[in-house]
Amino acid sequence: MESTGIVFTASGGQGVITTAIILARSATIFEGKNAIQSQSYGAAARGGATRADILISAGNIYYPKVEEADVFVALMQEGYNKYASLIKPGGLMIIDPRYVKPGNINAKILALPMYDTVVKEIGKPIVYSVCVLGALIGATGICKPESAISVIQDAMPAAFFDMNKKALEIGITLGKEAA
Amino acid sequence: MTQNIQFIPGSDACIEGALYAGCDFFAGYPITPSSEVAEGLAAALPKRGGKFIQMEDEIASMACIIGAALAGKKVMTATSGPGFSLKQEGIGYACMTETPCVIANIQRGGPSTGNPTHVAQGDTMQARWGSHGDHSIIAMTASNLQDVFKITVEAFNLAEQYRTPVILMFDEATQHLREKVVIPEPGEIEVIDRIRTKIPVGEQYYPYLTDANGQRPMSDFGAGHRFHVTGLHHNIMGFPDVSPANVDALIHHLVDKIENKANELARYKEYYMDDADYVIVAYGTTTRSAIQAAEDYRNQLGIKVGVLELQTVWPFAGDIVREKCANAKAVIVAEMNMGQIVNEVKRVVAQPEKVFFSNRVDNQIIKPSDIKAALRMITGKGV
Repeated sequence: MESTGIVFTASGGQGVITTAIILARSATIFEGKNAIQSQSYGAAARGGATRADILISAGNIYYPKVEEADVFVALMQEGYNKYASLIKPGGLMIIDPRYVKPGNINAKILALPMYDTVVKEIGKPIVYSVCVLGALIGATGICKPESAISVIQDAMPAAFFDMNKKALEIGITLGKEAA
Repeated sequence: MTQNIQFIPGSDACIEGALYAGCDFFAGYPITPSSEVAEGLAAALPKRGGKFIQMEDEIASMACIIGAALAGKKVMTATSGPGFSLKQEGIGYACMTETPCVIANIQRGGPSTGNPTHVAQGDTMQARWGSHGDHSIIAMTASNLQDVFKITVEAFNLAEQYRTPVILMFDEATQHLREKVVIPEPGEIEVIDRIRTKIPVGEQYYPYLTDANGQRPMSDFGAGHRFHVTGLHHNIMGFPDVSPANVDALIHHLVDKIENKANELARYKEYYMDDADYVIVAYGTTTRSAIQAAEDYRNQLGIKVGVLELQTVWPFAGDIVREKCANAKAVIVAEMNMGQIVNEVKRVVAQPEKVFFSNRVDNQIIKPSDIKAALRMITGKGV
């Protein structure tokens, strides 16, 4: 059974590992699929280039790392430079132009101003990573928005739920319109 | 009833398994990549009346769990690489004193401090022979998180049942990836407690006397019976006794109680083994890539490759490996080390010249393509 491989790369602390976990949890717990999530693990974390891998499949998943990414999400130039070669030829590359200038690469590039939109519409950069998840869902339909909302509801304090939901919706709109 | 489905990292699967098995005492010293196990149990144990102690070092934490086990607790520690080396003397003491305990060795790159944050399987032989002197030991591992849970429960069961240290040989990769785990309801997996003596307090109790059922019932230290515990060769009362006949019986007992039960202790899984012409023997994370390689060869070339996953690594399941590999045109042993189980496999199969080796020692997870490279060499066909 074919699996979908997604790689996120960002600066440590931007929250993409949380994003990856929310997505994988949505797929497994709310949609009955299998998913594996892992992340770069080393001495450098905050500020350095971090990477999170997710594999989602209706079947079994064995080797736990993404070897060829169907979707690559880059929020940091250093991470893009380091890992962009993982993308499958013709794959989908989602970047935030505030942070990443993509090179000449065989992929469909969606440059989505996610950070600027979140700051403008919500004013709180903390929900940036949830907006990124929304953009990914909007562009790919990898999981249902309701599943992600359920995970966010379970995992985050109630006081922050509305803000996160709004960030997710902003992302979904950005992703849908661009795709 | 709705299932308790969780999406958790391997460290949590190990913690959940320990709690399910009734672990109520943990002593340890933080070391990457095992610290998450300690962190999780530090949070969980006090809430259910258990104890967590961060000790001053690895050796002390090993000694601490032995003491707690003798006092009647179900105990665990977790460590990695250098910490596992430091614990070896204590592990030998637990073997000698027949003290039930579980030691999780979350393997990382070695030797020495090596590579704390990446995966390896270089401690396979150390689990067997790391402590000096003739002894035997149980060591187990798993390749997916549902099995990490299950094998952790089994490790506690076997430790209590066989009065022995059991080593959990997980690794950095399984500890840090997240996947779905269904936490079983209480009673779904059997939980075994140690056999305690029925001899009333005040009457003579022999801590190392085998009863009619082949068991050595324990008494919680400090609960009333007076007995002695020593790392020296000892008699049924636990007092030092180096007379040749006593030593001979003791060493035979320590080794035989485990080695003679190798088939009963063997936990293993088979993937596509029914009609396999080629068998990949793997354990731990390596199994994941082995299954992928087998599926690719079957689906793309129609070449029948199967996988034998060893979950009990020690005692080595020689009879089972021999039987399962009997009809194979070739056997590939996949490990993330320079060759530790491969020689055990060669030792037991009928035709050791048909055993090949696929490995990786750069602290990266062995890839399906690594194993497929070996299959290509053997079969002359590749995918």
